[in-house]
Amino acid sequence: MMGNPTALQIVWFTLIAILWSGYFFLEGFDFGVGMLLGVLGKSDMDRRLMINAIGPTWDGNEVWLLVAGGATFAAFPVWYATVFSAFYLALFLILAALIFRGVAFEYRGKGLSEKWRKWWDAAIILGSAIPAILWGVAFGDFVHGIPLNQAGHFTGNFFSLLSPYSIFTGLTTGVVFATHGALFLSLKTTGELRKRTQRLTRKLAPAAMAFIFAFLAWTYFNANHINDTGVVPGILPVGALMLAVAAVVLVQEGYFGWAFTSIGASIVGITATLFLNLYPRVLVSSTNNAFSLTIPQAASAHYTLVVMTIVAAIFTPLVLLYQGWTYYVFRKRISIPGTGGEETMPSAAPTPE
Amino acid sequence: MSALALSRWQFAITIIYHFIFVPITIGMALSLAIMQTAYHRTKNEKYGQIVDFFGKLFAINFAIGVVTGIVQEFQFGMNWSQYSIFVGNIFGAPLAIEGLLAFFLESTFLGIWLFGKGKVSDRVHLFSIWMVSIGTMFSALFILAANSFMQHPVGYKIDPATHRAVMTNFFALLGNPVLIVTFFHTLLAAITTAAAIILAVSAYQLAKRGKTPAFSAAVRFGVVVLFVSMFLNAFVGHIQGQVMTKEQPMKMAAAEALYNTQTGASFSLLTIGNLSGQPIFQIRLPHLLSVLADNSWNSTVQGINQLQAQDVAKYGPGSYVPPVWVTYWTFRIMVGVGGVLLLFGALGLWYMRRRRLDETHWYLRAAVWVAALPFIANTTGWIFTEVGRQPWIVYGLLKTSNGISNLSSLSVGITLAGFTVIYTVLAVVDGMLMFRYARKPLSEPPQSAESAHTADLVY
Repeated sequence: MMGNPTALQIVWFTLIAILWSGYFFLEGFDFGVGMLLGVLGKSDMDRRLMINAIGPTWDGNEVWLLVAGGATFAAFPVWYATVFSAFYLALFLILAALIFRGVAFEYRGKGLSEKWRKWWDAAIILGSAIPAILWGVAFGDFVHGIPLNQAGHFTGNFFSLLSPYSIFTGLTTGVVFATHGALFLSLKTTGELRKRTQRLTRKLAPAAMAFIFAFLAWTYFNANHINDTGVVPGILPVGALMLAVAAVVLVQEGYFGWAFTSIGASIVGITATLFLNLYPRVLVSSTNNAFSLTIPQAASAHYTLVVMTIVAAIFTPLVLLYQGWTYYVFRKRISIPGTGGEETMPSAAPTPE
Repeated sequence: MSALALSRWQFAITIIYHFIFVPITIGMALSLAIMQTAYHRTKNEKYGQIVDFFGKLFAINFAIGVVTGIVQEFQFGMNWSQYSIFVGNIFGAPLAIEGLLAFFLESTFLGIWLFGKGKVSDRVHLFSIWMVSIGTMFSALFILAANSFMQHPVGYKIDPATHRAVMTNFFALLGNPVLIVTFFHTLLAAITTAAAIILAVSAYQLAKRGKTPAFSAAVRFGVVVLFVSMFLNAFVGHIQGQVMTKEQPMKMAAAEALYNTQTGASFSLLTIGNLSGQPIFQIRLPHLLSVLADNSWNSTVQGINQLQAQDVAKYGPGSYVPPVWVTYWTFRIMVGVGGVLLLFGALGLWYMRRRRLDETHWYLRAAVWVAALPFIANTTGWIFTEVGRQPWIVYGLLKTSNGISNLSSLSVGITLAGFTVIYTVLAVVDGMLMFRYARKPLSEPPQSAESAHTADLVY
């Protein structure tokens, strides 16, 4: 053992938790929009509207992942190295998905054939669903544990990453992100597409709530079973659940903006619960809890953390400011061009139901 | 093949591929920013048309640069976890800072630039493309700071307890002499690359559709920028060679295949036959290697055999010689291609001065093919500098063979095959789209009522 985490190590553990929360909040809804492309996008125009709703911002959202990865590398090199090599094939799948998804946004509209667009639509749907689910699986594994030996080396294979709990965590993130995406679209679309989105949101929100409830209960049971609840204040998971319940009520009452915020806050609460459940470890060993990787073992030396803290303190507020500003610039709903405001029906014939 | 060999191939393939697109992004962002500034100042429609036209090519290319970049950040941990643990204290910091300073800037302001026309003022729109450009340069600076540490470690100590490198001076990392020359060398190479593409596409358009004010201006822009950036880079490259001679003498010796220390060393333009023994045919320029190494006619340049003996004394038994045929030829190809580009730019300037550039058809047709050259120089340059560092992953501190993760050959084989397939598909698609958009006329009239209708939707 190397003693208790230092104050700076705790700061960086917290910052990384914040980065992942921000990533899941932001890319959560653009994964959701991507996943729902096949369900809500009946016509090519619908799909274009959906993609344009996240068009200006998805790339900036994905940078949260890059910064989370970079920050983990800088502040906790052993965590970064152990996780990334242990989750080798899973990360390859995530990378492949993110690659196809990223270029698909740019490329789908640049070919002329129907078939071309179909292929890239599939890339967007799968490219959104795969990481949305696999990131959940990975976080489930962090808490539930993966086989690590005394030296901290991963001794399992791809299939040891697939415990029932981690799979359920993945399904939960998949459903919750889809709901978050549907809520985002409810705020960004007009006309028939908006109505269809709202109908789907009313069905998705209760499902997300049910998944969140089951997931948090399972997490609690797991932690309690091995008598290890980390340092999670009870209010956090309970609050995350309450926010999900609130989202369901708000959706039924038609307050989609508040429901979006509620689910988003619930995502942050769940992420925080997972990180605090980990603390003071960063990766649990399922072989023996004593082999788990801890914050002090994984952390960089003091000097590096000081440098990184100064850089982060200067630039993070700036980044938040201009990223927030882009959401302000693109705050308007996306409608079929030439049809005016949100109350106008699209000029195309209304879809018969 | 071993997991080590497969991991090396994977890193080589993914990084070379990534660096096809990166220089276009860096150089094109700056070029677009300059042209949009010209438009903003003069309100001359031709500049606006060029920005719109090349903006589309830029966006196609940007996407692929971003997604292949994510692979690079993940790959250190995935395939090179021992390396990551050893240098994470130092190497992770510039990577994280790159994300925070550069990637957020690029991606956020590119969103504003692509989608914000009409939603933000013209000034803010112009500001956005400059922010994208500055973002790409920050990105180059920090990733090269990380790479320069691998070439020439500074500002660190080895922790006696963990045997890992820990940072002792962040500013030494940013003031690394290797970083300063490499940054300008890379930046100028990126500008040359973009200039060559702008020149090629505009030359093709002029040759195909006859004179238009927009493409005539773009051809001139391409020629001037190509020449100036290449001219400056010849000097920067020369300084870089001298830094290399000082900090990584083995790389310089391997660049020339100079096996034995020589005074007033000559430089061989090309060699046929065996590099190490008796070449069958060689063209040599007397004293040039000494001049390249430290600007003096008769200086002594250390040879591979002597450096190998020194390294064995310093680091213990083993071979410290990189694969000489790779360093020898990549160095020559890079420098030779640079020379051709410089001449081609100079020739363009000459035609420009005589006001014949638009009508010189052979030049315009040749320009289309010349666009391939910067990519050859960029790729061979990187192969040279990375292969020339071998067997080290961090020069003098950690060997490449000790940097890898504990992975099975099967796992690495699967991802190597996977990345190769994915990247091949992307290359085909990206190439197709780039060619298609490069051949389009300036502003296409709407083909149907529907496409006119949806003109405001970017995707």
